Amino acid sequence: MTPGELFLQQILNGLTIGAVYALIALGYTMVYGIIQLINFAHGEVFMLGSYMGLTVFLLAGTIGSGGVGWLLLALCTATVGCSLLGLAVERVAYRPLRQAPKLSVLITAIGVSFFLQNAVMLGYGAQDRYVPALLPAVRWGGGAVTVTPMQGVIFGVSLLLMVGLQGIVYGTRLGRNMRATAQDPLAARLMGISVDQVIAGTFAIGSALAGVGGLLFGVYYSTINFHDGYLVGLKAFTAAVMGGIGNLPGAMLGGLLLGLLEGLGAGYISSQWKNVIAFVVLILVLLLRPHGLLGERLSERA
Amino acid sequence: MGSDPSRVLLSVEDLHVRYGAVEVLKGLHLEVRAGEITALVGANGAGKTTTLMAISGIIPSARGTIRFAGQEVQDLPAEQRVARGMTQIPEGRRIFPRLTVHENLIMGASCRGADGGITQDLARALDLFPALKQRKRQLAGTLSGGEQQMLALARGLMARPKLLLLDEPSLGLAPKVVSDLFSIIRQIHRSGVSMLLVEQNAYQALQIAQTAYVLETGSVALHGPAEKLREDPAVRKAYLGG
Ligand SMILES: Nc1ncnc2c1ncn2[C@@H]1O[C@H](COP(=O)(O)OP(=O)(O)OP(=O)(O)O)[C@@H](O)[C@H]1O
Ligand SMILES: [Mg+2]
Repeated sequence: MTPGELFLQQILNGLTIGAVYALIALGYTMVYGIIQLINFAHGEVFMLGSYMGLTVFLLAGTIGSGGVGWLLLALCTATVGCSLLGLAVERVAYRPLRQAPKLSVLITAIGVSFFLQNAVMLGYGAQDRYVPALLPAVRWGGGAVTVTPMQGVIFGVSLLLMVGLQGIVYGTRLGRNMRATAQDPLAARLMGISVDQVIAGTFAIGSALAGVGGLLFGVYYSTINFHDGYLVGLKAFTAAVMGGIGNLPGAMLGGLLLGLLEGLGAGYISSQWKNVIAFVVLILVLLLRPHGLLGERLSERA
Repeated sequence: MGSDPSRVLLSVEDLHVRYGAVEVLKGLHLEVRAGEITALVGANGAGKTTTLMAISGIIPSARGTIRFAGQEVQDLPAEQRVARGMTQIPEGRRIFPRLTVHENLIMGASCRGADGGITQDLARALDLFPALKQRKRQLAGTLSGGEQQMLALARGLMARPKLLLLDEPSLGLAPKVVSDLFSIIRQIHRSGVSMLLVEQNAYQALQIAQTAYVLETGSVALHGPAEKLREDPAVRKAYLGG
């Protein structure tokens, strides 16, 4: 492999995981934009997306040549399942605390996160679980630089979802209500918006994105564990902060950038260092741009 | 009180509101008659904004009855009160700065289903406020203060309210803009919208209103026909500069 090829390969690998970070980061940033909550349970929603996928594959028994079909079914399951999960978490854990101090909500989020981790551990065991390969293990590209079909799926699906999200946020009534509520929740209520419904919608969409991220992650790495949500969630949160928390394009950029840096770090320094790299970069970005890369102040509230 | 009940659009009885341990409204009574502009004046901190927020359902009331168009609404959430026909244009305008002018106006119609009337209402709102017409695609945060107040009014009208609750619409505006604003408020009133108007600018408010209430530390100190209060020596001294 020439140095140029190695570089290109690391960029491709980095962008793959970066796309997953971006999907999760969007949920952090959307929820923060609307209720200024760092939803620590969001990483667990991601993790549950991968376990929902696993469940589909277990029920399927043998995958055989039907990989694409099962992948589609798992994608749908994770999307629907995680958006319902997000709705439930919001309804049960966060809505009753709407008037409570921020710290109570934050601690509740951490509690929900432990609860979900332990529930999965009880149900599926503490050991790593194996996720079957759904797509053929070929490498496209012929030469030294290659892309696997699963990488293609990850790029394709995340691109589709990000474009779709833009469509929702800028092209639908719910999206307009979300933007308005993020800017001024009191004014939104005075317009007759049910802010609870907007918040619920935000959780549903953000959780669906994380769930799809979880599923893709599980199939890509082929093993999953009940505490995957912790580190991946933390990194996706880092990505959201790096991009400017509350800012949607920022979350996408932050995720891709973080994946890219990790990929390059793994290729050129050592893969053991890749977790450290994420946080070093976060600190550097925040030192230079406290509001993140694309962060202007999201709302003009005092 | 004691006016013909069929003419009363909004009535507030014995309204108590507290922020924590502090009681800010202490048994407030007031009425807005259909077709009238009712002014609510009072010093800073008297509780005017609190009154409007309680009527709109943003701040919960500790006690009291709020009746709108003959029905009790004090237990309804804010969005249902808007749907019944009362819209507040809050202190400080609170337009959505990063939505376009057009989107702000559409937000105003949120309480209505996807009925066909919205396009018509948009056109009517923009006719009433020609300055907004050329700025439809502009982010609302880039408008001048006066334009933002006009947008706040236009946005409020998009809900097709029976009652407008106006909180200090003239605050921070140049005299010329204030007089334009009040002439538009008159125009809206003539089109059949009743109003509860909170104003620091008591002179203007008492000019335009038919009935007025003077609020002092959480309850009504005086009320009556606006022209009477205009002549009242105590009111003149406290709110009209002598
Ligand atoms: N969120 C709050 N928490 C605690 N006290 C509050 C809160 N909002 C208002 N107050 C207090 O309630 C009282 C009434 O406030 P309010 O804003 O209703 O007055 P106002 O008549 O609208 O005054 P202004 O003319 O300055 O707008 C004031 O003493 C104020 O300090
Ligand atoms: Mg006030």
